[in-house]
Amino acid sequence: MTKQQVLDLYFLDARHKLIEIAAFLDRIERASGKDDFRLKSFRDALAKLDGKKKNKAKNILLAFSDLTTQPIAKAQSKGAVGAYSKTK
Amino acid sequence: MRYIEPHAHMVSRTTDDYERMALAGCEAVCEPAFWAGFDRSSPAGFFDYFSQLTEHEPKRAAKFGLKHFCWLCINSKEAEDVKLAEEVIALIPKFLGRANVLGIGEIGLNKNSKNELRVLEMQVELAAKYNQLILVHTPHLEDKLKGTRLILDVLKNDRRILPERVIIDHVEEHTVELVLDCGMWAGMTLYPETKCTPARAIDILETYGDERIWMNSACDWGVSDPLAVPKTALEMKRRGHLAGAIEKIIFQNPKKFLRQSPNFKLGT
Repeated sequence: MTKQQVLDLYFLDARHKLIEIAAFLDRIERASGKDDFRLKSFRDALAKLDGKKKNKAKNILLAFSDLTTQPIAKAQSKGAVGAYSKTK
Repeated sequence: MRYIEPHAHMVSRTTDDYERMALAGCEAVCEPAFWAGFDRSSPAGFFDYFSQLTEHEPKRAAKFGLKHFCWLCINSKEAEDVKLAEEVIALIPKFLGRANVLGIGEIGLNKNSKNELRVLEMQVELAAKYNQLILVHTPHLEDKLKGTRLILDVLKNDRRILPERVIIDHVEEHTVELVLDCGMWAGMTLYPETKCTPARAIDILETYGDERIWMNSACDWGVSDPLAVPKTALEMKRRGHLAGAIEKIIFQNPKKFLRQSPNFKLGT
């Protein structure tokens, strides 16, 4: 596809998602109480969008990932939250 | 447009879903054994589930002209209890001779724990002993990269396991290359929020090519779409992919992998 075709197909969708992210951050900032490691991960991942580096989707996924290599002693839950807490 | 749904949990879906899939061109649906959303209390619960997958579900699918195949295992979410896992694994051989069984799956990891890894190794041993295909579930979200690496290490370290007989499912941009570089097959799961969207799945195809890769809905009891594969085919068409290229991904590729099982027969 040409860049124009990509823009024609996906610009409005991407614009909509970007505004949703901005509104999410506004919502967090308006809210009371403390945030947690997920917000820091989110902001770290957002920084991966900046600039002309390739593989942005891959780099965002890596920013949210557990980069350790050893199995954990025991599964304490079944679910995943979307970001890795380094203080686990 | 004909397609194969290579990963769907139809026990959790309605009869209407079977009808809609058939209307959309689905010719066969393949159902890996998975977590029911709650932990079963005994091996007997798995015995009943395996009976459902091998006896009841094929009949339900056949009412809409769909072939139904399945994979058997204990899933990683119930693998923390190793004793239960051993008892469930002991049940599996007596089901492997059933006509719609394709192999062992979806085995894998969930939280990347030591017990999960032990149970994964036990089920890889089972697959090797009975010469079965393997379908692997990779963990969710932040656990996926680490889990994929641990799983690939287990599989690569067993010389009896031929990479072309293994499909590693739920790949995303950060894991697809690891899988393809090992010579294994990669599955992309199309979910509305987690895993891949149709647009991203097509990006992966355009980036990494269309060999040894398929896409699936993995529709289950959660937020998921049993028509995700044909919808992604439509998205490929919007992007200008030709009919033959679309058919390769949604029909020919899954057929090529699955027919390594002597039980996979479409009748077409």
